[in-house]
Amino acid sequence: MLVSLKWLKDYVNIDDEISSFTERMTMSGSNVEGIERLGKDIDKIVIGRIEKIERHPDADKLLIVQVDIGDRLIQVVTAAANIKEKDLVPVAMDGAVIHGGKQISTVKFKGVNSSGMLCSAAELGFDDHGLPEDMKKGIMILPQDAPVGKNIKEFLELEDTVIDFEITPNRPDCLSIIGIARETAATYRIDLNMPEIILKEEADENARDMAKITIEAPDLCKRYVARIIKDVRIEPSPLWMQRRLQACGIRSINNIVDITNYVMLELGQPLHAFDYDKLEGHSIIVRRGRDSEGIVTLDGVYRLLSDDMLVIADENKPVGIAGIMGGEESEINSSTKCILLESANFVGPCIRRTSRKLGLRSEAAMRFEKGLDPELCKTAADRACQLIEKLGAGKVAKGYIDVYPERVNPRKIVLKPDKINHALGTEIPKDEMVDILERLGIRIEKDAGCSFAIIPTFRADIAREADLVEEVGRIYGYDRLPSTLPKGDATRGKIETPIRVSCTIKQILADLGYSEVYTYSFVSPRVFDRMNVPADSPLRRAIALMNPLSEEQSIMRTTLIPNMLDVVAYNLNQKIEEIRLYETGTVYIPKELPLRELPCEKKKLTIGLCGKQADFYELKKTIETLFAVLKIRLYEFAQYRHFAFHPGRCALVLMDGEEIGIAGEIHPDVMENYDINSRVYICELDMDILLKKASTDIKFTDLPRYPASSRDLAIVVEERLPAGNIIRTITDIGNDLVEKVELFDIYTGDQIKKGFKSLAFSLTYRAKDRTLTDEEINQVNNRIREKVAKEFNGVLRE
Amino acid sequence: MEEQLILLKQRALHDLAESQSLDELNELRIKFLGKKGELTQILKGLTLLSPDERPAIGKLANEIKEEIEREFSRKNFDIKQQLKTKKMEEEWIDVTIPSKVVIGHKHPLTLILDEIREIFVGLGYEVAEGPEIELDYYNFEALNTPKDHPARDIQDTFYITDEILLRTQTSPVQIRTMEKRKPPLKIIAPGRVYRSDAVDATHSPMFHQVEGLTIGEHITMGDLKGTLEAFAREMFGKDRKARFRPHYFPFTEPSAEMDISCIACQGEGCRICKFTGWLEILGCGMVHPNVLENVGYDPEKVNGFAFGLGIERIAMLKYGINDMRLFYENNLRFLEQF
Repeated sequence: MLVSLKWLKDYVNIDDEISSFTERMTMSGSNVEGIERLGKDIDKIVIGRIEKIERHPDADKLLIVQVDIGDRLIQVVTAAANIKEKDLVPVAMDGAVIHGGKQISTVKFKGVNSSGMLCSAAELGFDDHGLPEDMKKGIMILPQDAPVGKNIKEFLELEDTVIDFEITPNRPDCLSIIGIARETAATYRIDLNMPEIILKEEADENARDMAKITIEAPDLCKRYVARIIKDVRIEPSPLWMQRRLQACGIRSINNIVDITNYVMLELGQPLHAFDYDKLEGHSIIVRRGRDSEGIVTLDGVYRLLSDDMLVIADENKPVGIAGIMGGEESEINSSTKCILLESANFVGPCIRRTSRKLGLRSEAAMRFEKGLDPELCKTAADRACQLIEKLGAGKVAKGYIDVYPERVNPRKIVLKPDKINHALGTEIPKDEMVDILERLGIRIEKDAGCSFAIIPTFRADIAREADLVEEVGRIYGYDRLPSTLPKGDATRGKIETPIRVSCTIKQILADLGYSEVYTYSFVSPRVFDRMNVPADSPLRRAIALMNPLSEEQSIMRTTLIPNMLDVVAYNLNQKIEEIRLYETGTVYIPKELPLRELPCEKKKLTIGLCGKQADFYELKKTIETLFAVLKIRLYEFAQYRHFAFHPGRCALVLMDGEEIGIAGEIHPDVMENYDINSRVYICELDMDILLKKASTDIKFTDLPRYPASSRDLAIVVEERLPAGNIIRTITDIGNDLVEKVELFDIYTGDQIKKGFKSLAFSLTYRAKDRTLTDEEINQVNNRIREKVAKEFNGVLRE
Repeated sequence: MEEQLILLKQRALHDLAESQSLDELNELRIKFLGKKGELTQILKGLTLLSPDERPAIGKLANEIKEEIEREFSRKNFDIKQQLKTKKMEEEWIDVTIPSKVVIGHKHPLTLILDEIREIFVGLGYEVAEGPEIELDYYNFEALNTPKDHPARDIQDTFYITDEILLRTQTSPVQIRTMEKRKPPLKIIAPGRVYRSDAVDATHSPMFHQVEGLTIGEHITMGDLKGTLEAFAREMFGKDRKARFRPHYFPFTEPSAEMDISCIACQGEGCRICKFTGWLEILGCGMVHPNVLENVGYDPEKVNGFAFGLGIERIAMLKYGINDMRLFYENNLRFLEQF
């Protein structure tokens, strides 16, 4: 909300530095978002009267003008075509500065001295939108009562400070100069001077005899006040009014439209003026739109209406979309003789929906959708009529039409100063609270020993005691509240185990050289094709957004692998070659589609690896290190095939037989889809299971008391035989006696038949309760050797 | 014999002095002091001496033997030292060759969240969580923001169905926690939130918040101030000033925004604080009685305060990051700075 400081001072007598004013207003709840100083650079421009105009002897288009600027006559050369003798005009004298900072000095035009310049509106920083056509192209002609010699800045109120207030949606009453003035009065504890409204009502007719108003949708329109103005003269509005509208960001149109906008800015009530003669049956019907009904709005656009919209209609057709924009057909223009002035109250949600549906925003809609005070309708209509009379724009008919099915009454809230102090932690005296509330327009009434706060109808946001606490608190000053810590029952701060474990995981990965990434939760539906996901895979059952920003971000991810591939590809493109990354993120798994209940949100840990050191075993080492630190011992990597992974380099990771994820080299086809030329290794693990299985229990077992003894086992087996199978067999047979099995050599080459490999294991034997004899060890060792050779079809080597 | 002994001593000491290696030394030891060495040979002649002469010569022989032995061990030590020194000299390495440091880095948002969590755990808070895909009821209705509430305009929401959406704030965790538990409560709830804002340097359709909630029997707005000021001091330094500006949120009343004195200019006014001297850090307020009623609490008996802060914003301020997109681009050159 842009507020002209000059205008604001009509209602409150503030005399504070602008920086202090904005600070105090911000701290009492009217946040200042910006300050603009208008007309600051304009200097030495005064009002002059043109005394004499002559043609320039040597230039066809130039005129030599003698101007009376109060204390003397000066000579100015101009090319303007719209001036005549006795016109009052702005004159920039020698040394003057016009809008934009340009300096004016005495110059010669073809031998004739010009000791100044006649100014156009634009040169004064005055928006010429509401001025007559000839003034837009030429010099600004001032009204005949403009005092010659006076500084133009004062006369046109060119110098002003415009403050941009952030108005929160609960305070539509502050979308007005009066609203801000009321806040100012409360903040500074000074008086608020409301404009006095007195009407002459000079027309003979009575409004009630001239038009008929019907509200057919009382649920959407709470009140409709109409006044009628006859003998209307449409012309530009006075410059002071144009200037004020400009300062507050509204362009001048003509006197009547400007008055409706002026009152909207002043009081916060949007108004609309219909051309009375174009209303069929001279009637207004407030009703829902009908299907296949349409209207061309003031902006020249045809708009289709529907029955969830509220329209203003005459007997036959819609003439406006209620609270948003009037119709073109009933718009007032230079031939308008009589107007019907609408000051109505429309229900917020309906206006909000309609405005969104039509994509049509307006100053009126912006106010109505937040909910306005029906009590304001009559005041605003009267204020507009007062201005019409003041400007001589027409004759106001007697009386008014007021359809107001259900009057709103001020709310009453019991005022308990103790409770307010209790909530704030303060000891504000009751008198001070009452003063604060009264300055905000809240009267205090006493009844049967009880104090009641009578909430004015324009403060629909104040509904209960907590709202009074805020009013008192913010005007008293949040900075004056004490700073304390909560008393009462103590709570214990704690970090639950899963969070702690998750921190540990991140720390280990960082120590192992992996950096953490954060990627978007929404992805493109095309990621599934990119990662080779089969058509019937459950991974494709993703939750789609109704209103995504783009297709690229339209579904909720079901796996983090594509995100990791994106990040790897991005970094490779940045010429970063050694890449170690991880993400802990959520995937969203629907129970059914379309969603009828909330989906499962599962946490995943994805690790991505690429570069010179990268291979499957480096990835596996990372995972196993993680398991080791988390004290997870019962796990297994099983040879596996997965659509997104290299068919020979992929493992299913199991924990206690439960699948917890997948690890491997990404499938060459997928790499092509991502334009990646190096090999990438990725694992995706179920973080929830990981967090659950991580053990924080530490149990000490006695150190070995008896010596260990080791035996080697070398065997030639088929090349594709998983070494893990042999280790499992050794451990199964070795039972309690084999403490450790280590694969220390894998050999393929000259001495081994093609398609075979030699594996060498070192077995450590130890018993908990005795020293094992060679005999005992050999017995078990031989059993192991025989079994392994037989089971895996291998040849033992010595 | 005496002469023999002295000669022996002279030769032995001379040879010792000349010797270069441990091997030579060993040979000399055998030669002079061995079982069949020269000293032994000379001492065999002792029996030929008269008993009067024996003690003196015996004594001399012992002295000579001890002296030679002393010399042997000194020489032995010297040679060993020389060898060690030589070996160490050969083992010279170039210590200026840079090592290859490979360390990973936590994401800046994780670092900030860890810090925030630590501060609030220290103040007696515990961590709560809630779903990111949320019911309209929890995200809006229960938070005193019914359908058609103008405040819904501020937060452009991603919808999945008419009733299911991507949460626009972490505040629904307040409701879920209060529904499940009885006061007193002190929780923080970090998490992802979503708003349909197009991406630019200061907007992202996805970002992170930390919600805070304190519920008890006699909580005041002064407690809110004290708690959040303590947080600001811990997070941004002891000298950081904080101010509370009245604001509006549907689910708190009174509501405020907390600003801290600008980190860049210390309040003088600069581009970062838009020449106000202050930086907006978080929104907060006393939990609205309607919200308390929605979860079945009695606002006459319990009350509390809530707050919500943006992790990205704090990370940007604290680390001087000027573009929000960097957080999700995941350029390693960015990540490696944290």
